[in-house]
Amino acid sequence: MMQKRTMEIGVGVFVAAGIAALIMLAMKVSNLAAFTNQQGYEVTARFENIGGLKERSAVTVAGVRIGRVKSIVFDDKDYEAVVTMNIEAQHDRLPADTSASILTAGLLGEQYVALEPGGDEAFLKAGGDIKLTQSAIILEKMVGQFLFDKAAGGDGKKEEGAVP
Amino acid sequence: MMDWLQRLGSTSLSVFERLGRGNLFLLRILAALPSLVARPGLVIAQLYSVGVLSMMLIVISGLNVGMVLGLQGYNTLVDFGSEESLGQLVALSLVRELGPVVAALLFAGRAGSALTAEIGLMKATEQLSGMEMMAVDPLKRVIAPRFIAGIISMPLLAAMFSAVGVLGGFFVGVGLLGVDSGAFWSQMQSKVDLYDDILNGVIKSIVFGFVAAWIAVFEGYDAAPSTEGVSRATTRTVVHTAFAVLGLDFILTALMFGDE
Repeated sequence: MMQKRTMEIGVGVFVAAGIAALIMLAMKVSNLAAFTNQQGYEVTARFENIGGLKERSAVTVAGVRIGRVKSIVFDDKDYEAVVTMNIEAQHDRLPADTSASILTAGLLGEQYVALEPGGDEAFLKAGGDIKLTQSAIILEKMVGQFLFDKAAGGDGKKEEGAVP
Repeated sequence: MMDWLQRLGSTSLSVFERLGRGNLFLLRILAALPSLVARPGLVIAQLYSVGVLSMMLIVISGLNVGMVLGLQGYNTLVDFGSEESLGQLVALSLVRELGPVVAALLFAGRAGSALTAEIGLMKATEQLSGMEMMAVDPLKRVIAPRFIAGIISMPLLAAMFSAVGVLGGFFVGVGLLGVDSGAFWSQMQSKVDLYDDILNGVIKSIVFGFVAAWIAVFEGYDAAPSTEGVSRATTRTVVHTAFAVLGLDFILTALMFGDE
């Protein structure tokens, strides 16, 4: 009888350890914590080019993450990308003239949406639209532009006195 | 030439015959499963010998694999100045691939071979026939509990393997090599997804557990009732499980992570 008891205790320890490992993987290793407060409100923004933005990319204000990109769809009327963002419910005091730009974390990092609060007294509501947007900076385009400017640089400066 | 063709034909026929027997056997096991609800004690006894006794092996291997991943990953990542991604590297490789696969291979060696040998010997010593004589269905009494214990243990063992491996990577990366501990965890948490990575890993390990347990009990039940037959069946269990797990792993990976 005693032997059966130790055996059952062993199985209990085994199952508990397995479940504990699963919970540790879920809570400590994965991004479950970021998922739990899913309730929030949605705002949309239209971008000419979203670069490498993906669903579930971060949405930040002042560098602090306050939400995630929920979906990205292409609008074939205006040829623009419509980005729907889910903002956490407690951050409901974003001014209506908030602007959104797509930035890159570091030189080669992930792209994210940075919101810049404006000065409007009214706040963004659920389903609201962010009017002022700035597209992602495409590195290749920038390099191309730079090379083009460099090539045209000599006489460009003389004629227009443009900034270098 | 004719001899060669005949040999080819008989080999393929016997392969298909075994496959068919294996599948019919699986159906019979599945049909026997409901009877276990009335006798959970049988499953618990098997969980002990299949799961609990494999736990130590899995934990120690997981710790070592995690530590090695930490060391090797650090050496590569430090060249790019991105050693903070070490947590992500260790966690993703363990949760997606190494946890389920290595745990399944160890499981086949530790528990699968024991299952085959046990059932094969029961058959060789005519214990299974004896049960039938006493109107006890050996499928319900012997095979089904071992099968279901394998399926239950495998995901738990794989989760332990991954969790301990992440801790091993943490000890080496943060404790030994001086990676920032906050960056280690936050990089890991930002890149490891609960559904895409962890849940898929668990699904993988359940599939592997199913296959490993199926092969183990089938080889035992199908073994030639002799000392030699049991030894051959035990070898086949380990070899076939390894093939099946690695092959299935490729298919599952292609299905789960192929469209990223």
